[in-house]
Amino acid sequence: MGFPFPNGVTSYLVGGLFLGLGLMVMYLTLGVKAGASSVLSSTLTYVTPLTAERSSRQWRLLFALAMVLGAWLYAATHQAFFVTAEGWWRLALGGLLVGFGTRLSSGCTSGHGICGVASFSRASLLAVAVFMAVAIVTARVVMLLGVTP
Amino acid sequence: MKRLFSILLGGGLFGYGLALSGMARPEVVLSFLQLRDLGLLLVMAAALAVTTIGFRLAPRLRQTTLLGLPFSHEVKPMLAGTVPGAVIFGVGWGLCGLCPGAAVASLGIGNGPVLIGLAGMFVGAYLQGVLAEGRPKLQG
Repeated sequence: MGFPFPNGVTSYLVGGLFLGLGLMVMYLTLGVKAGASSVLSSTLTYVTPLTAERSSRQWRLLFALAMVLGAWLYAATHQAFFVTAEGWWRLALGGLLVGFGTRLSSGCTSGHGICGVASFSRASLLAVAVFMAVAIVTARVVMLLGVTP
Repeated sequence: MKRLFSILLGGGLFGYGLALSGMARPEVVLSFLQLRDLGLLLVMAAALAVTTIGFRLAPRLRQTTLLGLPFSHEVKPMLAGTVPGAVIFGVGWGLCGLCPGAAVASLGIGNGPVLIGLAGMFVGAYLQGVLAEGRPKLQG
């Protein structure tokens, strides 16, 4: 199968259902809409004087640890371990901008993209349109500049 | 105990889904952002199908959650940082293919170098926190 889904559609659709189910478990038990990027702020309150997201820091850190375990479970049962070939500077600079930007925007791909859009937040819809468009332009430019991998 | 189990189940499913869908691999996310494989849109659509219905249905069927807690009715408001933050996030995401959730899940699939990306995210979030909350007071 070629563009737009050269690797098929099944893993994407099933994986997305798992994402939705994980978020629903959090909503049906703790009552929270669990976006991922807040864990950056909430975990910083353990080691810095910053206070944002302090009240949710325990469940957010546990949620992140559980994500690591869940991903490990998939990789271990499907021989799907993987190490990126990206250069360290790309990870470091990209990560820095992702951390700063998601906290300034109050959301990321899951917080705005899944939880916010599912709640019909106009701010989230706008944020998703903006970060998708900017990321696509950035990724295409980086690719055309010949930065590999 | 029920709370701990719920978080482990919820986070476990979320991380499992990120690994299964390939989103825990930055190269797969980049293949979407380079418009070579649009699978990421299917991941978001499937997740949204579940949460769009679930976020609406659950509070109508029950007064409180299964653990007796209140349901969040949070709808993210438009803030001064919403769009500028999305622009900065977009540049970073397009550069490395990592978003916070996928980066955390990437640790689980053995992607050691992602620690560099996560470290960068914590530094970025710290800088934003300092700008937002003011320089942490060292005296008094």
